[in-house]
Amino acid sequence: MSTRWTRKDLLGLRELSGDEINFVLETTDAFKQVGTREIKKVPALRGKTLVNFFVEPSTRTRTSFELAAFRLSADVINISATTSSLTKGETLKDTARNLEALHADIIVLRHSSAGAPQFLANRLKASVINAGDGAHEHPTQGLLDLYTIRQRRGKIAGLHVAIIGDILFSRVARSNIFGLLKLGARVTLVGPSTLVPREFEKLGVEVSHRIEDVLPRTDVVNLLRIQHERQRREYFPGLGEYIRLFGLTKERAKLLKQDCLIMHPGPINRGVEIDSEVADGLQSVILDQVTNGLAVRMAVLYLCGGIAT
Amino acid sequence: MDAGAVRRALRRIAHEIIERNPQPESVVLAGIPSRGVEIARRIAAFIRQIAKKDVSTGVIDVAMHRDDVGTRKELPVVRASKLPVPLEDRTVVIVDDVLYTGRTVRAAMDAINSFGRPARIQLAVLVDRGHRELPIRPDYVGKNLPTATGEQIQVRLQETDNEPDAVWLERE
Repeated sequence: MSTRWTRKDLLGLRELSGDEINFVLETTDAFKQVGTREIKKVPALRGKTLVNFFVEPSTRTRTSFELAAFRLSADVINISATTSSLTKGETLKDTARNLEALHADIIVLRHSSAGAPQFLANRLKASVINAGDGAHEHPTQGLLDLYTIRQRRGKIAGLHVAIIGDILFSRVARSNIFGLLKLGARVTLVGPSTLVPREFEKLGVEVSHRIEDVLPRTDVVNLLRIQHERQRREYFPGLGEYIRLFGLTKERAKLLKQDCLIMHPGPINRGVEIDSEVADGLQSVILDQVTNGLAVRMAVLYLCGGIAT
Repeated sequence: MDAGAVRRALRRIAHEIIERNPQPESVVLAGIPSRGVEIARRIAAFIRQIAKKDVSTGVIDVAMHRDDVGTRKELPVVRASKLPVPLEDRTVVIVDDVLYTGRTVRAAMDAINSFGRPARIQLAVLVDRGHRELPIRPDYVGKNLPTATGEQIQVRLQETDNEPDAVWLERE
């Protein structure tokens, strides 16, 4: 792997090559090491200004980006939907141009519309990092999931990963699918047919509607959060029925291989997509994902923010 | 320099390090990737052979401590740094292939300080080509090669470049 990093933006994993994804994962190793030093801060982005622009609510992703920026010595401003002038009718483009007029160097954007980060990236000199756009992509979540699997299993190629739950509305699922396939994993999507339509097979993944068939054959299960706030009745069978058919209960977890990793992007709905005991069990790497997320975001900010524009 | 000259230079540096540091056990040879890491490994092997005492090695990647962030069109991969801690009573010897402006060494000292406060920091290089832009001077030098600014020093090491050891001056 001898590629060099040349991108100012990170919009999705779909447009990255396998080499570029591996490049970010290797860079992450270096930034993970920084977290073990006596002084956990490096001057890499000293003098740069990062704007955390979250039009949709998020605590963990925003906090993770904020801490990553602090560790890189950047200055951080947080803007949320309620504190921005978007509520006064300002367009996304005008808000962004105002941010640029303040000499923001990096904009981390969470937005309910797919494509919003692309829209900004095309118009601004600043680096744009997609922190989740609608049901499109959440690339840093995809990267931290890949990093966690690689860290625990030593590789990604050849592993069988099941992504379970609300795939249709999930940007996390999309970023995971693109990244996993590019690095040579085999992917099976599991959930009710309304949320996991066969259409997905066109991407090169397998689709199953029976969780019991899949669990014994996988090396990793990635459970997605049931997004109450996005669910519409016609898609969703109801919580009780979902748990009965697709929840990773204590009993179902016994079907897993002993070394199968259990992942979840959080926040967890305990007792819905996963039982408490399983979430806190030995196979769970859910908290590793959080720790790795910080290192992945440091790497992404360093790479995109450190490029001459 | 051919392979023999490189070997003699590194062996001499090993002798000098032992002479200046009577307790090699407290020395850490911290190489700057990628050739500095290999040079540190070789010097450590010579020290073990000569002094019959163990010496630690480490890796110090300076990419995230450089002073030219935001001026490059492409970025090379950053390697994880690795130093034995605590550093408090140790001597850290920074090891690199070529010493030029001194900016890399400044970044390396900055990186080392984020691991702790070593008793002292020294500098060993295979080649010193001059043209310093900072007040930095090496403690151990394999060879002084005065150069013009337009010239380049080429270094090859078997382990990192898959070519026989060699150092030469290239004029454009």
